[in-house]
Amino acid sequence: MHKCEVVIVGAGPAGIACGYVLAKAGVDVVILERGQYPGAKNMFGGIFFADQMNKLIPQFYTEAPVERFVAKKHYSLLINYSEVSLNIDSEEHKKPPYNHSYIVRRSVFDKWFAKKAEEQGATIICGTAATDFVWDGKRVVGVTAGTADDDDNVLLADVVVCAEGANSMLSEKAGLRNRLSMRARCISVKEVIELGKDVINERFGLTAREGAAYEYFADATPGMLGDGFIYTNMDSLNVGVGVVISEMYGRENPVSLNELLERFKNHPCIRPLVKGGKTLEYSAHMIPMDGYKNLPRFYTNGLLLIGDAAGLVNNSICHEGVNMAMASGIMAAETILENRGQKSYDAKELRSYEQRLKHSFVLENMKSSRDFIDTLRTHKELLNDYPHLMKDVITKFFEVGDVPKSTVKRDIIRMIRSRMSVVRAAKTFAAVLKGGI
Amino acid sequence: MVTAEENNQLSLDDKLFTVRRKPLKTSHISLDEHLCKECFNRICTYICPAEVYVWDEAKKKIDVRYENCLECGACRVACEAIKWANPVWGAGIAYKNS
Repeated sequence: MHKCEVVIVGAGPAGIACGYVLAKAGVDVVILERGQYPGAKNMFGGIFFADQMNKLIPQFYTEAPVERFVAKKHYSLLINYSEVSLNIDSEEHKKPPYNHSYIVRRSVFDKWFAKKAEEQGATIICGTAATDFVWDGKRVVGVTAGTADDDDNVLLADVVVCAEGANSMLSEKAGLRNRLSMRARCISVKEVIELGKDVINERFGLTAREGAAYEYFADATPGMLGDGFIYTNMDSLNVGVGVVISEMYGRENPVSLNELLERFKNHPCIRPLVKGGKTLEYSAHMIPMDGYKNLPRFYTNGLLLIGDAAGLVNNSICHEGVNMAMASGIMAAETILENRGQKSYDAKELRSYEQRLKHSFVLENMKSSRDFIDTLRTHKELLNDYPHLMKDVITKFFEVGDVPKSTVKRDIIRMIRSRMSVVRAAKTFAAVLKGGI
Repeated sequence: MVTAEENNQLSLDDKLFTVRRKPLKTSHISLDEHLCKECFNRICTYICPAEVYVWDEAKKKIDVRYENCLECGACRVACEAIKWANPVWGAGIAYKNS
């Protein structure tokens, strides 16, 4: 049996950030990681929002293994075999600190970040999956790794921080949340496709370390709440799709996730961007969709939940995740440091962690977009009928021919009236605005 | 004619082959087979990105190809009959590009 001050379960952005702050303050902290190295079991199809990282390690991007910064954003609706999109290419975002938006490979980046925490004095033990908490009455006093019958597999601590990620089984075991529901998680698959730097720069109109983040909605995941994405690494692309699990359930003709990804890759508007590449790796991961209204309890006696394990992902159009994970890790560390002298980390002492979350952008942002996903779920026309109508209207409007524009406009108005109730549409868009984007 | 190669269209088996792994000694997944027999939906057969779960019509049971697991956990969220645990001692997937 071993003992330390703080044990953290999981070396992802949340766990490492927490360990970094604690170690820097001189705390004896151990991070357990189930993978062979930090990042071995992590992946995302996303942008590393790095404002928190930049506070922790100023100008981290000058030394960290980042692939590219996000110079271009592209929000797109796929409609049958067409596309309508919004391109954002803002010169302000092309200067340091690059709008705090970077594309990284987690297997490389998490490893680097873990090393920085080790330099501060944190101990990271890899290849060790925490299997359960050790309880003393109603209090968490440590974790077990592997089988609990072997004393050597028990690690005791004054306080435990659970950063085990989206597939959070320990938080269920500890009774901090109910069994995860199908609505509470999105399943995402992606391929990393090697194309070479020059081809990527040419296809996406990039130079030097500029990167692109492309997001696709509507028929990217036909009839289902989900999205498709392309993010540029230096020499390869992250190409993937994600769907809320409940959306897959009970469909008449279910398609597998791999098939959804193949259909996305072969969409006529996507294929020219990804064709000819070599698939380097296929991967899958869940994304928390708990939302503000279904968050778990964040703490109990001797235990704090952070990052994805705590459901701290903002399912808005901005997809904030990693920044919230890191912020929650930092706030958990601050809470522990505040109570450090007293040696008791009961729920009443740890409550200030939740206060910190509430008074920060983390829960503020989640609160302001608390109804966004529900609105999309209950107003499927936002993902189906309206995008299709919009595309038909735009196509009609730009049609070249000898029909007078006055006739075209009249036809368009008829088209809109026949396919959309203006009153219902007004209500739907009001719901979207109220639900927060 | 667009070839599969130009399209970058690997089979799922080929895709799974791109993932580096430390082999699992035993299965980290177990099933309540009684529930499987009564299940009509079989969401496990399409929610799993690695298609670990395959319905065997002859044996009337789900065949679990646990060696292919990508450890996302979607199956256990989708179905209560599935008992899923993290592989221990560093076994399982080890991404290097994702």
